[in-house]
Amino acid sequence: MEAILGNQVMFILFSAMIVMFSILTVTSRRILRAATFLLFVLLSTAGLYFMLNYQFLAAVQITLYAGGIVVLIIFSILLTSHIDHKFDRVPAQKLIMGVIAAGSGIALSLTTLLTYNFVPANQEPISVDMNTIGKSLLNYGDHGFVLPFEVISVLLLAAIVAAVVIAKRKKI
Amino acid sequence: MLFTGIPLEFFLVTSTLMFFIGIYGFITRENIITILMSIELILNSVNINFLAFNRYLYPGQLEGHFFSLFVIAVAAAEAAVAIAIIINIYRRFKSIEVDNVDEMKN
Repeated sequence: MEAILGNQVMFILFSAMIVMFSILTVTSRRILRAATFLLFVLLSTAGLYFMLNYQFLAAVQITLYAGGIVVLIIFSILLTSHIDHKFDRVPAQKLIMGVIAAGSGIALSLTTLLTYNFVPANQEPISVDMNTIGKSLLNYGDHGFVLPFEVISVLLLAAIVAAVVIAKRKKI
Repeated sequence: MLFTGIPLEFFLVTSTLMFFIGIYGFITRENIITILMSIELILNSVNINFLAFNRYLYPGQLEGHFFSLFVIAVAAAEAAVAIAIIINIYRRFKSIEVDNVDEMKN
């Protein structure tokens, strides 16, 4: 019983952090602060993954998102913006349109998913350890993911080459 | 009510809020890097959905787990290419506000 209460407290903490820092990410007028708030959002998301017992994915989230993508974003901010620069306030019309779009989307989705009756499965959860993950990634039978694994490796190679080609200084 | 004591809907509500906050940022922001951050928020909320559905509705399989793994990989590739493009745009236009980068429009 106490474990359940602790779980609920942790969940509410993580989701409140996610929502609060997401709002700060899209409304902060200093770009480096927005990047820092994004980092907090990604870390709290990793906390939610831990709560769902997906430890491997939580570790991937921390190393790849919080460690990789946020560092990339901060580097590009430092290369392209002045640190002291503050964004102008969002024009009223744009703000209203954005709030209407987001608000109607939230209302529609929440009414749909709160009225739908999800039936949780009561089958035994399989353990998600490194053994299972590695064998499923390289398995070409049922529940195997070797094809997307290979496709994603080609995609990553293409992305590396593309990033180098686009960003290199052209001779004039 | 399951092993964690948290209903599935709580995860879905969190990810819905995160998704539409990302949409709001995507609409209102002017700077390309902040638009990219909003896209990261959207991708993250989708990942939460995949994992919650996987854990609660199909705990005997790992489809949602691997889908979000691949989403993370695609997001990393996308961020790398997008930032290369942003740096190139900055070199050419000396600005990364979307309003200033409209040379191809006319």
